[in-house]
Amino acid sequence: MGFPDRIERTIELAQPPAEVWAALTTADGLASWFGDEAEIDLRPGGAARMSWKGGPRVEMRVERAEEPQVFAYTWPIYGLSEEDPRRTYVEFTLEPSGAGTRVTVTESGFAQLPEDAHRKAFDGNTDGWRKELAELADYLAGA
Amino acid sequence: MPSWPTTSPEPDPEETAQQVFTALADPTRRAILAELASTGPATATDLAGRLPITRQAVAKHLALLAQAGLVTAEPGERRRVRYRLRSAPMRTAQQFLAALARDWDGPLTALKEHLDTTGKEPS
Repeated sequence: MGFPDRIERTIELAQPPAEVWAALTTADGLASWFGDEAEIDLRPGGAARMSWKGGPRVEMRVERAEEPQVFAYTWPIYGLSEEDPRRTYVEFTLEPSGAGTRVTVTESGFAQLPEDAHRKAFDGNTDGWRKELAELADYLAGA
Repeated sequence: MPSWPTTSPEPDPEETAQQVFTALADPTRRAILAELASTGPATATDLAGRLPITRQAVAKHLALLAQAGLVTAEPGERRRVRYRLRSAPMRTAQQFLAALARDWDGPLTALKEHLDTTGKEPS
């Protein structure tokens, strides 16, 4: 398994989920730790963007917004051209942990290749996410 | 035979990445690929004229690159074979690099620091 399809990290934060949620899903929050500037239309299918001073600008698409547990978006794959339709899927999961929050971020899709399989999996409606990703996994496992 | 872009089934990404990185590990092959990328399709003779290597050496490297799917041979003028860069395997390898370059440790540390320093948001 040399080809990484998925990155996963977990971090324990001292703040309660509501506070973490605001940092992840509001323009002010995102601009405070992630980008230098951010905009977000927080609903499935909503557009979001972040930019860095003197650096890149990324267009994101909100995929899940289930306050205060799951926030997910798709964004371009780092290093590919701007016109490349492929995206990775980023999901933040928030779980209460004592007085704080355990945040798990997973970014998946680095290994996905065939564009039609990608489109099928990534443009599905948000309710179908689990099913679609399972289908993609099956597809990749069988490919 | 399908011409470029190929319609054959996607090769194993692991195998593709292996071939790309093997190809790129050699400075002469990097120079050949860079030349094709910047100036377009060329024959082995063209490339030998522009790079500090013999035509025989160029031909040997082109054969390896063609086998790896990184260049395709196409008919050129006066029945000479021209080689064209094929970018699909590069994109596969690039996705491998993208996974390595997507640094989540930095942003998550920044998130923690942001939350620790701002305290509760005034409501």
